[in-house]
Amino acid sequence: MSNSSDARTAILNSIRSALGRSMDASGIAAEYDAIPRAYKREGTLGRDALMDLFAHRLAEYDAGVTRCSVEKISEEIARILEARGRRKIAIPGGLPDGWLPKGLDFEVGTHFDDYQLDRMDGVLTGCTVAIAATGSIVLQNAAAQGPRILSLVPDYHLCVVFAEQVVETVPESFAQLDGMSALPTTFFSGPSATADIEMTRIKGVHGPRFLDVVLVV
Amino acid sequence: MTTQEQAHWSDRDFPEAAKELLQDSQIRSNVRHATNVIQAKRNNVVGELSDWQQLRDAGAAIRAHSLAHLHFYLAQFEEACTRAGGQVHWARDSAEANRIILGLIQKHDAKEVIKIKTMTSEEIGLNQNLEANGIHPIETDLAELIIQLGHDKPSHFVVPALHKNRQEVREIFKREMNLPDLGERPEDLASAARTYLREKYLRVKVAVSGANFLIAENGAVCIVESEGNGRMCLTLPDVLISLVGIEKVLPKYRDMEVFLQTLPRSATGERMNPYNSIWTGVHEGDGPKEFHVVLLDNRRSPILGDAESRQTLQCIRCAACLNVCPVYHQTGGHAYESVYAGPIGAILTPQLHSMTEGRSLPYASSLCGACYEVCPVKINIPEVLIHLRGKIVEEDQKTFSGKFGMWNMGMQAAAFLFASSSRLSLAQHLGQIGQKLVVSQNGVIERLPSMLSGWTQTRDLMPLPDQTFRDWWAQRKPSADHGIVKEESDVE
Repeated sequence: MSNSSDARTAILNSIRSALGRSMDASGIAAEYDAIPRAYKREGTLGRDALMDLFAHRLAEYDAGVTRCSVEKISEEIARILEARGRRKIAIPGGLPDGWLPKGLDFEVGTHFDDYQLDRMDGVLTGCTVAIAATGSIVLQNAAAQGPRILSLVPDYHLCVVFAEQVVETVPESFAQLDGMSALPTTFFSGPSATADIEMTRIKGVHGPRFLDVVLVV
Repeated sequence: MTTQEQAHWSDRDFPEAAKELLQDSQIRSNVRHATNVIQAKRNNVVGELSDWQQLRDAGAAIRAHSLAHLHFYLAQFEEACTRAGGQVHWARDSAEANRIILGLIQKHDAKEVIKIKTMTSEEIGLNQNLEANGIHPIETDLAELIIQLGHDKPSHFVVPALHKNRQEVREIFKREMNLPDLGERPEDLASAARTYLREKYLRVKVAVSGANFLIAENGAVCIVESEGNGRMCLTLPDVLISLVGIEKVLPKYRDMEVFLQTLPRSATGERMNPYNSIWTGVHEGDGPKEFHVVLLDNRRSPILGDAESRQTLQCIRCAACLNVCPVYHQTGGHAYESVYAGPIGAILTPQLHSMTEGRSLPYASSLCGACYEVCPVKINIPEVLIHLRGKIVEEDQKTFSGKFGMWNMGMQAAAFLFASSSRLSLAQHLGQIGQKLVVSQNGVIERLPSMLSGWTQTRDLMPLPDQTFRDWWAQRKPSADHGIVKEESDVE
């Protein structure tokens, strides 16, 4: 479309003329590298304190948090789903078989359409990385996490986080994500919420209203 | 096709609009409550970061760098986004952006679109334009839904309906969603919105969004939100159209590590908002099959040419400056008659209109500096306010009525008097004599004449004393200890 390329040229020219003199790519790169970044990048907490901080932050968002060992993952999942009364659970591809307790109804989420997913009781996923300082968990479209819609439409989300996936700071999480930045990525911090009415935090508007996290230590 | 060249918001100047809003005690109490709550939460979570100032420094430097090389980073973004399967469009102004978006929607024969809150779409008047062309836009953010169903305008760009309390929201939902038995707890209201919108998410095939950040190096787009309505719109429809101001680009993916710390803490007082979505182009089997980015200039690029006010475009729309502003606190957002309210709106709006609209806004500030102090990207708003006031005065001086108007003549006279100590002293002595006409029996000046009357509208003025400080100083005996010497100097 010539109209669009006219607009492109006009906008870029207008920017160039407003800015005046421009640098070449290597000059820009050097200027970028000189940006001061004196903020905290690396965490300082030991492993136990890190787990405590993460669990505490999650609890503040009204998420359920329990801890278990690697061998007990499936048992813990069964116990939580039982307590929540959730039976029809959507799962992403690539979830370790060992996680799934017998006797519950798990369906792999790649085959769903949106309406089917809307009728499931919940979803079970792993994660890519988690941030203790902010109580955030990062999902990407990868094994054991699946497409974005999977962790969005069902009303309940059970997420398994391994201790070694937990970092302390936001910059540490980006250091990990940087190599996989092309994948669709979702940061979530607690269940869906709004404060649009009188600044009162209300849990659960459109995303999952209930979130449980199993911390594998 | 009915597109306006520039969406028009403002019919009145700030003092006039503010005067009316100050009479509305309900709005004032709603605004005061909401801004106090956000402020307290913000101070709490900002206070716990020992590196907050370093994050502000880095944020300001990254944004300033991005703007200084904006053409370079936009071209880089376009290339990377296209490579990832996205389609990039360029819009010089509101009309062009409206035309592009309408064309994309019509190509897919859509009669409805779902929308994520975007102030940029308010800026171009997108909803009105779609409706005029037979397309129904559905706002999905809870606050925007309240605004849309209540036929209202946003008054804050993070919490657009903060001027409404729960009872008012309930009345709107009862009427517009046909729910006579709706409760008034915020939970009931949110749940009504969930039910109302869920069916629409599953059915409507085209979504329109804004964006918080564009990443030049890999073409990624980031949207920060709370409710999950954003995620619904970003993943369920077949087609996604994101309308984004050209200034929103960041050089690298990792730059978000700064803004995803400062934005949520500044905007809603949370350590992290419930959801951030980051994606590049189109991803097979995950999300829309077609993704469009419309890059909007709309008079942003000329702002880059003004070295003092370029920083305005560093804004990441956290609205912390609104929440802390003593003027916004009293009037709320509607008094600004602008898409962008508060201190940032007071500098952004007139510039986006090339100083033809919103000319009273740079004066809607006490210059207390609180906005600069909380700004996570260190925009020196008071400095820009004064700069814009200067521009407005200069422009006015070029017109006959401006040059020979009372204000300009008075200010020129004042400048002439203040420039010389002998002239100032003479003026003081004349004032001591002249003020006898206006000093009341109580010994104060209750009413100043003509253009000065604004000052005494709400306060009395103390008269000039019989002896001025300068007289007293001149008559002081030089002290041996301090060696005070009488001096007389002209600084012309």
